[in-house]
Amino acid sequence: MSIAEFELTQLPVGGFARVVGIKAEGLVRNRLLDLGLVPATVVEAVRKSPAGDPIAYKIRGALIALRSEESRQITVRALVED
Amino acid sequence: MAANQENSFNHLVFKAQAVRKQMNTNLRDQVVKDIYQRAEEIAAKAVALPDTRNDLDRKIDNIVTSRIWGYPLMFALLSLVFWLTITGANYPSQLLSNVLFGFQEQLTGFFRWAGAPAWLHGVLVLGLYRCLAWVVSVMLPPMAIFFPLFTFLEDLGYLPRVAFNLDKLFKKAGAHGKQILTMCMGFGCNAAGIIACRIIESPRERLIAILTNNFVPCNGRFPTLIAMAAVFMGALAAGTNSFAAAGVVAGVVLIGIAVTLLVSRILSKTLLKGVPSTFTLELPPYRMPKIGTLLIRSILDRTIFVLMRAVVVAAPAGVITWILANVTIGDMSIVARLAGWLDGFGRIIGLDGYILLAFLLGLPANEIVVPILIMCYLAQGTMLELDSIEALRQLLLNNGWTWLTALNMILFSLLHFPCATTLLTVRKETQSTKWTVLAALIPTGAAIAVCFLVAQIVRALGLV
Repeated sequence: MSIAEFELTQLPVGGFARVVGIKAEGLVRNRLLDLGLVPATVVEAVRKSPAGDPIAYKIRGALIALRSEESRQITVRALVED
Repeated sequence: MAANQENSFNHLVFKAQAVRKQMNTNLRDQVVKDIYQRAEEIAAKAVALPDTRNDLDRKIDNIVTSRIWGYPLMFALLSLVFWLTITGANYPSQLLSNVLFGFQEQLTGFFRWAGAPAWLHGVLVLGLYRCLAWVVSVMLPPMAIFFPLFTFLEDLGYLPRVAFNLDKLFKKAGAHGKQILTMCMGFGCNAAGIIACRIIESPRERLIAILTNNFVPCNGRFPTLIAMAAVFMGALAAGTNSFAAAGVVAGVVLIGIAVTLLVSRILSKTLLKGVPSTFTLELPPYRMPKIGTLLIRSILDRTIFVLMRAVVVAAPAGVITWILANVTIGDMSIVARLAGWLDGFGRIIGLDGYILLAFLLGLPANEIVVPILIMCYLAQGTMLELDSIEALRQLLLNNGWTWLTALNMILFSLLHFPCATTLLTVRKETQSTKWTVLAALIPTGAAIAVCFLVAQIVRALGLV
């Protein structure tokens, strides 16, 4: 496994990635897990707000906007086509 | 010995807690992961998902949240809603007021026939009934148009996009993005907006939203703003120049949003220090609203609810105002005396004593501020329905108004203390007298400061 891990914030709009884990603890962690951001979930960065933040992600069929404070807590890696 | 035992016991409890905390996180992670895994397996067998990368929702969102069109579109939609409300409400308002004020003559006739004393006729017909008639004829038509339009945008799925577009501004102010949704509700009624603040989980951000909700003008204040906008624009009637009036009202709303952000920022740096909590906002798929249920819900749940509440507070307010205007101490009515005391301060902030008194007497409901003011100026002791904006303009000019007075009246109406119902709602939602008092003091301070600055700058530049 040599695929680099990075923060969800860095995923460009239109890109797909797979969740590796959540760095946050406590309430934030629970909120993000409840959205379905468990390891191996595929996430697509769909669009940026006109102001640049938040960014809307397609997560398990739902379009969810996350502020950079939250998306920074989510570690992902690039999706390999297989 | 005992102390030692207690010490090691505490140590043990502490250790157990630490272990349980660790377990909890892992356990929770595992449970959530398993649930999603199982759900995914089932869904994969039963549901085929289409590729959503090019569907209609995305195309709409490409425009609605675009860098170029996102903000102008929001402003245009806002103006359109106001324009539809103002023009649409004009005729039915006229009709209602003709009917209701026509019935007043019947009432007067009945009182005369029954030989009732003049004061009883004054309190019940000229005070109570007129105030109710004014509130119903002025408020009902705009609300019956505004609430369905607003509910339409809500059901369509557009409002979350507004929150998405504006969230960064609220983040910078240390507030929650969902605050914009509570503000949208505030356009209908600030008390409803404050109840809507329950959607914000973090207590700190919820309080910020509650304390600043008043800076979006509610339906009760729109008639005041619209009338003043028409006077301010020098238009002959709101009907002939409703575009300009809608533009002024939309501009006033923008000022309200700017003040909301500024005060939110100040609050989150002082009284309500802290960092923004988690923000997750779902952008639901667009849906064509069901018009039938939409009408029932917006008319029954919102329009009638807000109207009934206004009626309940307007009735006693009408009685009190009539008494104050008709009981004289020495050679002046109580109203004239009170206005005299307030006049000096009123003039410093570009208003006058009667305007301030009207705002104070209008505490029960904002929609009776202008009727009270008109009544004071006419000094006839009853609320009067002036039949045109031009007549209102003449009356105000005769009482020393300039465009600065109209402008500051708009600003003061936008920023001043919330109505009694809203304050009671704040008390109920926060369970705290301190925050309720602040919910009245913060807006009032902002209103006085802004009006003072505007008046001083305009006068210093010699514009009036």
